[in-house]
Amino acid sequence: MATDGLHENETLASLRSEAESLKGKLDEERAKLHDVELHQVAERVEALGQFVMKTRRTLKGHGNKVLCMDWCKDKRRIVSSSQDGKVIVWDSFSTNKEHAVTMPCTWVMACAYAPSGCAIACGGLDNKCSVYPLTFDKNENMAAKKKSVAMHTNYLSACSFTNSDMQGCDKKAMVWDMRSGQCVQAFETHESDINSVRYYPSGDAFASGSDDATCRLYDLRADREVAIYSKESIIFGASSVDFSLSGRLLFAGYNDYTINVWDVLKGSRVSILFGHENRVSTLRVSPDGTAFCSGSWDHTLRVWA
Amino acid sequence: MERVVVSMQDPDRGVKMRSQRLLVTVIPHMVTGADLVEWLVQKFCVTEEEVLHLGTLLLRHGYLYPLRSPCCLELRPDDTPYRFQTPYFWVSTLRPATELDYAIYLAKKSFRKQGALLEHEKEHYGQLQRKVSHMWDLVVTQAREQLRASKHRRKGDRLVITWQEQTYWLVNRPPPGVPSVLEQGPEQGSHSAKRELRTKDSGFYRQEIECIRKALSRARVKSSICLEAYLKFSDQYKPHDPIMSGCLPSNPWITDDDAYWIMNAPSVAMPTRLRVERWAFSFWELLGDSMGRTHFLEFLGKEFSAENLCFWEACEELRHGAQAQLSHRVDAVYQQFLAPGAARWVNVDSRTMELTLGGLRQPHRYVLDLAQMHIYMLMKKDSYPRFLKSDLYRGLLADALVPPETRRRVFPFMWKPRHSNPSPALLPTSVELASGKSAIIPDDDGGSQEV
Repeated sequence: MATDGLHENETLASLRSEAESLKGKLDEERAKLHDVELHQVAERVEALGQFVMKTRRTLKGHGNKVLCMDWCKDKRRIVSSSQDGKVIVWDSFSTNKEHAVTMPCTWVMACAYAPSGCAIACGGLDNKCSVYPLTFDKNENMAAKKKSVAMHTNYLSACSFTNSDMQGCDKKAMVWDMRSGQCVQAFETHESDINSVRYYPSGDAFASGSDDATCRLYDLRADREVAIYSKESIIFGASSVDFSLSGRLLFAGYNDYTINVWDVLKGSRVSILFGHENRVSTLRVSPDGTAFCSGSWDHTLRVWA
Repeated sequence: MERVVVSMQDPDRGVKMRSQRLLVTVIPHMVTGADLVEWLVQKFCVTEEEVLHLGTLLLRHGYLYPLRSPCCLELRPDDTPYRFQTPYFWVSTLRPATELDYAIYLAKKSFRKQGALLEHEKEHYGQLQRKVSHMWDLVVTQAREQLRASKHRRKGDRLVITWQEQTYWLVNRPPPGVPSVLEQGPEQGSHSAKRELRTKDSGFYRQEIECIRKALSRARVKSSICLEAYLKFSDQYKPHDPIMSGCLPSNPWITDDDAYWIMNAPSVAMPTRLRVERWAFSFWELLGDSMGRTHFLEFLGKEFSAENLCFWEACEELRHGAQAQLSHRVDAVYQQFLAPGAARWVNVDSRTMELTLGGLRQPHRYVLDLAQMHIYMLMKKDSYPRFLKSDLYRGLLADALVPPETRRRVFPFMWKPRHSNPSPALLPTSVELASGKSAIIPDDDGGSQEV
């Protein structure tokens, strides 16, 4: 096995050192065009004032940790999934539960709303991604209509109806071309596992949240990390991140039960939000940017505005 | 967490420690809640609220313990005494806690004082007696031995050890109703397993080298240009970001009034001004809004190039549509837009047409991408700028709705601000916004409100 695929004059060690030296070269190349830091450029931007964001809705109903949630395009409906195997669709404005599906597995780790608003997808430790069309007809058994869409070799940790182009894989953040299946860009500057990645609204950058208690911003055109959002007093990992509509704010949910709001341009923390009683596991800004929703291991979801 | 705790115990720069008299015995290395809070606030430059939260987490993870009420795991900023847990018992060093150890601990506790076990502990004790019955002699011997040894210690040391053990078991065997802080997601288990499996063989390195080579040949853009782009983007979208600038008439989540959504529904009679303005930000924004698209189609109709947009929409449907309908759709698109003499023939350059027609022999989801991109760019560079200058668009902009601000719902204990949908991002005032202090916002009619 060790000598498989090795050509003459090649050893495992020589391959490894070649990879290392190339990595070094790549870092050099990336550094060449780095002529200014983000916070320097952002100096002339007006500072943000005090933020007053509160929990406006609390959604209770899950029997166990909330693992994932997604917004519907109608800006008020939400689908959430939990460790108890339930996937619930809420009208979060009125806090009514509209649908509930029981998955055959526990740890439903991912769920997503279809752009049409007519179906949801979810998956978890059953290694499958199932799609359920939403129906209000009480006689129909939603579970009976589900379709399995994909099989994975390991648990499904995230799914979304649009091209989910990114993946945090260990400490590396990778950008993939969905069609060719190739990794187009890779960034490895986090010191620990990455838990969440999200595109900047313009699509030219993305943010990542990691167990090393930092969030970082990577620019795709400059091909490098351009900002680190960290604070000495934040010692727990960030589990999920999302941008506000204009991209000026980055909301990050942490394992110390808090949500920190960062000024993306200046790199400073704007606000810290308390309220959850256990880890924040998932966080998404609503499609029109009026609010964001956080789901937690304390069995609840909160909508903040 | 451990880094924080270690720095707190630093003899020179750590938290002030002293010996405390507890009843009759003297306990060394004790800290008060107030000192802890003060030290943390100074070190991290954050508010007391945040520090209390952090301290409570340290307590819950067993790095600190209170001397008086052991089950009250909330940091109090007063003279409540606390001590640091010895590293031996830290969560990271001694995991996992075995049933045997727990049995010995409970045995010790019950031998020392009759009826000292709590309800849940009694239950566990009973269970353990059954589970570990084959080693029960060992458990009893160990427990008695440890009790005997402790009698030789000073009362102070004995108390400390009791507290340390108690804290350790509070973390590792939490009482019912208290969530365990040791819980991890399923990722933890499988991630480490996954990592072991990924052997770094020659295939792995070859892949890496390939990836890096490709990355090296990538065209990069200067940082200054990219970063300026963020500033521009944020600035442009700021008025459209409800969290930054509020929204008119009001943010539905704050005022419980969904007028904002009704006014911005996909097919409303009169669009809002902000919405129409946004169509001018980029072609993508225009296409992304169904109403924008409709008006654009109307405009294209006047220019006799409506088939471009229809073609683009048909391609989108193909890309995102059901697999089963794929060949049917491809055929339909070909017949309508690409075939010679087609009813709505689109003007694609010859090379693209050639490639596309070739690809149609083996249709797949992305077979029309090239043609779609060509038409997209055509519309973007040609029709879109004209649309923005057109009377149609200008008319829409002029007629667009600017919703009036609605008054915020009045609650007796809340102040009624003049701008009833106060922007969450309150503008900085001349008053220093030090951490923890509230901001004074000058009201428009001369008074001021405290936030």
